[in-house]
Amino acid sequence: MTVNVWVPQDAGALALGAEATAQKLLAAAQATGTSIRLRRNGSRGLYWLEPLVEVECAEGRIAYGPVTARDVPSLIEKGLLKGGAHPLRLGPIDQHPWFKSQQRLTFARVGQIDPLELNDYLAQGGFRGLQRALEIGGTATVTEVVESGLRGRGGAAFPTGIKWQTVLKQPPGQRYIACNADEGDSGTFSDRMLMEGDPFSVIEGMIIAGVAVGATQGYIYLRVEYPHAHRTMAAAITAARKAGFLGDRVCGSKHAFDIELRLGAGAYICGEETSMLESLEGRRGEIRVRPPLPAEKGLFGAPTVVNNVVTLATVPVVLAGGAAHYRDFGQAKSRGTLPLQLAGNVRRGGLIERAFGLTVRELLYDYGGGSASGRPIRAVQIGGPLGAYLPESQFDTPLEYEALSAIGAMLGHGGVVAFDDTVDMLEMAKYAMEFCAIESCGKCTPCRIGSVRGAEALGNISRGINPQGNLALVTELCDTMLQASLCGLGGMAPYPVLSAMKHFHEDFRPRAPAN
Amino acid sequence: MKTTASTQAIGPAQKGEVLAIVARHKDQPGPLIEILHDVQRAFGYVPAEAVPLIAGALNLSRAEVHGVVTFYHYFSGAPQGRSVLRLCRAEACQSMNGRALERHAMKKLGIGFGETTADGGVTLEAVYCLGLCACSPAAMIDEEVHGRVTPERLDELIQGAGAGAGK
Repeated sequence: MTVNVWVPQDAGALALGAEATAQKLLAAAQATGTSIRLRRNGSRGLYWLEPLVEVECAEGRIAYGPVTARDVPSLIEKGLLKGGAHPLRLGPIDQHPWFKSQQRLTFARVGQIDPLELNDYLAQGGFRGLQRALEIGGTATVTEVVESGLRGRGGAAFPTGIKWQTVLKQPPGQRYIACNADEGDSGTFSDRMLMEGDPFSVIEGMIIAGVAVGATQGYIYLRVEYPHAHRTMAAAITAARKAGFLGDRVCGSKHAFDIELRLGAGAYICGEETSMLESLEGRRGEIRVRPPLPAEKGLFGAPTVVNNVVTLATVPVVLAGGAAHYRDFGQAKSRGTLPLQLAGNVRRGGLIERAFGLTVRELLYDYGGGSASGRPIRAVQIGGPLGAYLPESQFDTPLEYEALSAIGAMLGHGGVVAFDDTVDMLEMAKYAMEFCAIESCGKCTPCRIGSVRGAEALGNISRGINPQGNLALVTELCDTMLQASLCGLGGMAPYPVLSAMKHFHEDFRPRAPAN
Repeated sequence: MKTTASTQAIGPAQKGEVLAIVARHKDQPGPLIEILHDVQRAFGYVPAEAVPLIAGALNLSRAEVHGVVTFYHYFSGAPQGRSVLRLCRAEACQSMNGRALERHAMKKLGIGFGETTADGGVTLEAVYCLGLCACSPAAMIDEEVHGRVTPERLDELIQGAGAGAGK
């Protein structure tokens, strides 16, 4: 009998040695004369347990982890292929408390299926959302997305359905769907996990968007730092085309839709939607002044739906289960589920998808298990390099749009990065300005010059040069950047700086010169 | 655009290759970045001589093409090392001693970010997030990813990359 053994092909698992583990498993099984079928999945997002090996047994998929190549011989000896006992045995993976307590809608299949096996996708509800969209038609599909309360998960949190409505209302003509896969925020990896673990869900979401607003062409703008996601996405597009989900007649309907995968070239600013459109058109990623909105005049001047990977991959969930089902998760104006990414200095980092409402503290301690270093967690940054730093006194804030906004923070793309008490918040503030300077597109002065001068002034505080004067200068610069920048890069880079100054004021003092 | 190594002139055959790449993409809408990716894949960098060729074929000015090449961190105007080591400098990696790892890499290789070792073995590049933030600090050598990289592990990786350098 052949035993199915799953080893993730997710970049995070590979970065921890999953490929060597897989090869060793094949060799070791062969040596014992057991026939195994090595299957590759995405990651379930329990990264401290990667490489996570799963063996299909009568009682379900039995997990072992973290399994390095070195552990394989002893595991095989102890009967891994029969789900045998071993210190690394975690039991049935779907019963693991970290996994079981989640509410996975967008990530329902990630880690469970072979990402490129179309039959796996179909067997687990794939393309049911598209089927429904084709049945109810474009306008009703848009209404469904509006009613679901889904907001853009890329960071701006704009209501997805409203954006689609705007595109739908434009005069007839060419329209586009642009999938923003330029996931550049530090501490975020949900787009990557989806593209590597369930690429058909992204494709299905794009097709539904196309059917809904009458677009026939989609583009995925994928960052070059994600070569694994690129390979998986490219193969999935080819497979979807071959199976008739993409092409002149989507699923035999009158709708045409196809997708082209484009690669970015290492510019953070291209995650900003208008900059991304410029880049897709083959130009420098300099942002465009709004209005007009991309929904009115976007890619190549045509009305364009620009949505993030997670948003688009959630659309099939909304259509398949209905708007009300999705909306019933979450609270107030934060509806549905949120795939949080817990990263940095935590013991148990990874992907946690739950209905909105979990507090920072629950995330850090119940899921994260505290810091990796064992020291107290002093600060967390939420929402990437442009997100505010929160001190311990704010850890009871729920992770949802309005609650974070009320304390001057933002959820962004849902990344949470923890720092222990060795962090130097003056350095982090200076880094925020440096990063802005490196990645600024240069179009507007507050961002281009403000960031350089901000980093300089913060450096001067560290060196003991007129600390009070420079603190005042940074505050003033931040105000200018907040008020006068053209886009979110210069307009939000002050958040980490000002929050660090406010909550960790004791760090903003001269230092002894570095050795 | 990095200019740490001297730019080598390209010959007629390579110019033909550039034009073939352009021809392949010419009918795509907004093809310039796709073309530059293919040129960099073929040559390891974007040679200065390729710029007027691409500009001419796409009916763009040389300044426009040059402007695009230099805007994007990923495109290199000079040959890179046989291996490219990208170290993540972003916050999640910093929270797990990424700064110390940066200093270690620079000391070990004797170069800074954007530079190539004298033997042409390794180019060190800064990268801002590899999406491996739950296993920080992270690095990528060419297209191979590594998580929870310690200084000792980095030494092994550098040695592995340098092994192809024939020194």
